[in-house]
Amino acid sequence: MSEWWTYSLSDFLMFSSRSYYRLIESYNAAIWPAHLLALVAGVIVLGAIARPRQHLQRSAALVLAAAWGWVAWAYHLERYAEINTAAPYFAAAFAVQALLLCWLAYRPGNAAPAPQPLAFGLSGLAILAYPLLALARDGGTWRQAEVFGIVPDPTVVATMGVLLAWRAPAIFWLIPVSWCLVSCATLMELKIGHAWLLPALALTAVLAAIMVSKKPRDLNSTADPRS
Amino acid sequence: MPPTSPSRRHLLASMIAASGGLALSPLLAAAPPAPLLTRPIPSSGEQLPVIGLGSWITFNVGRDPQGRRESVDVMRQFFAGGGRLVDSSPMYGSAQDVIGEAVQALKPARLFSADKVWVSGGARGMAQVEASRKLWRVPRFDLLQVHNLLSWEEHLPILLAIKREGRLRYVGITTSEGRRHAEIEKIMASQPIDFVQISYNALDRDVEQRILPLARERKIGVIVNRPFRQGDLTQALAGKPLPGWAADIGCTTWAQALLKFIVSHPAVTCAIPATSSVAHVRENLLAGTGRMPDEALRKRIAQDVERLA
Repeated sequence: MSEWWTYSLSDFLMFSSRSYYRLIESYNAAIWPAHLLALVAGVIVLGAIARPRQHLQRSAALVLAAAWGWVAWAYHLERYAEINTAAPYFAAAFAVQALLLCWLAYRPGNAAPAPQPLAFGLSGLAILAYPLLALARDGGTWRQAEVFGIVPDPTVVATMGVLLAWRAPAIFWLIPVSWCLVSCATLMELKIGHAWLLPALALTAVLAAIMVSKKPRDLNSTADPRS
Repeated sequence: MPPTSPSRRHLLASMIAASGGLALSPLLAAAPPAPLLTRPIPSSGEQLPVIGLGSWITFNVGRDPQGRRESVDVMRQFFAGGGRLVDSSPMYGSAQDVIGEAVQALKPARLFSADKVWVSGGARGMAQVEASRKLWRVPRFDLLQVHNLLSWEEHLPILLAIKREGRLRYVGITTSEGRRHAEIEKIMASQPIDFVQISYNALDRDVEQRILPLARERKIGVIVNRPFRQGDLTQALAGKPLPGWAADIGCTTWAQALLKFIVSHPAVTCAIPATSSVAHVRENLLAGTGRMPDEALRKRIAQDVERLA
């Protein structure tokens, strides 16, 4: 298997930026108006960060699990696999993360966290601002907008915000951070200007998570019995 | 070649406009003014046009109907202009199926189908080749190559046996971007292969030292991939004025000059630029016509490209 070491990153980029964004455009057109549902789901996630209640936390974790599951099937397996032979592996990773998020929703001893401005900002950026990147890209149109719950990148960023807010253990971060690196490498090879954005957001989230983990938990913020 | 390169398109349009003010589309639909030059395949003497068609990235368009239509148009223009060799691989995503769709629609009479086997272990090789053949919609392949030498020790004996049985016409090996040249040389020296596919252009000229001379010595055909460094070279030269020598060999664009540099090497059988643009296909095919640079001019082209790129 020594042959595999001779490949470079560019060898695995099998498609042009035109094919990539056209795929997102046709995917968006095929599933519209699911984007409106995704926006509602995004608002639930933001609400769970802004108002830490255990029932909201559980709902948000299940919303995120559904989003990861949907992206695994509808995006990676059904669409992206047409132009990227690695997409089925991405789908498997996203499915695993969906299961982890289900576990996060129901695992015993969950603590409702205090509001986290940075976590809210990260998820808010992913849910509300990320679609606008399509307009900032040279030649991009709103039809190619990348929407939370529909395509991977904003889904991953929104999830990192939630993981940060809930002080999720490292295992929950593994796949989102790995995807940020994969997506960055892809966008860099496609020469997309905002390729740096995803790893920068991941680094911010991970550093913040490390800092937060060193602070003692506020016992007063444990699950609200009224929830 | 990148799917979109406004500078090249602009240059071509300017050239056409300057040559008589004709509308772009009718002239682009016309045949090349001179016949496409051919080179004999060293092992058989069969003539092959010096410009082929690659499919890496450009034909991997998934199910996108527009992308597929454009790919069929590219192949239509390629065959209409005298092209024959189309190269692909199981590694190229949907490219094989896109080629198959075009083959089914166009029914090219003189297609030279070149594909690859790219799987670990010889046992799975023939199943992959059969799957590829179905995607191409061809009765058999003309040339099968071991892609990037992956499991070549197992694949090559099988491919050579199939060739002996008359079910395959030619066998080859491939590499790109200068990888594993020592092993390529070893195989060229020891195995009865018909083709070697390598990366070669005015900047990446390592193969001139040993591989190209060895190909001549062993009567092995040479297919050249990445003639424009996946578009980076034409982009780097975009906007730089063509030196005076370009007119002497009938070049009006850098892409043509770069291709003429490659196919004028006596060991090279053909270059396989990939494109999703009909205008670029025609531009590439024009590079396979007319006067070619001699050795002195080839050196000068390499120097100028190195200086300007």
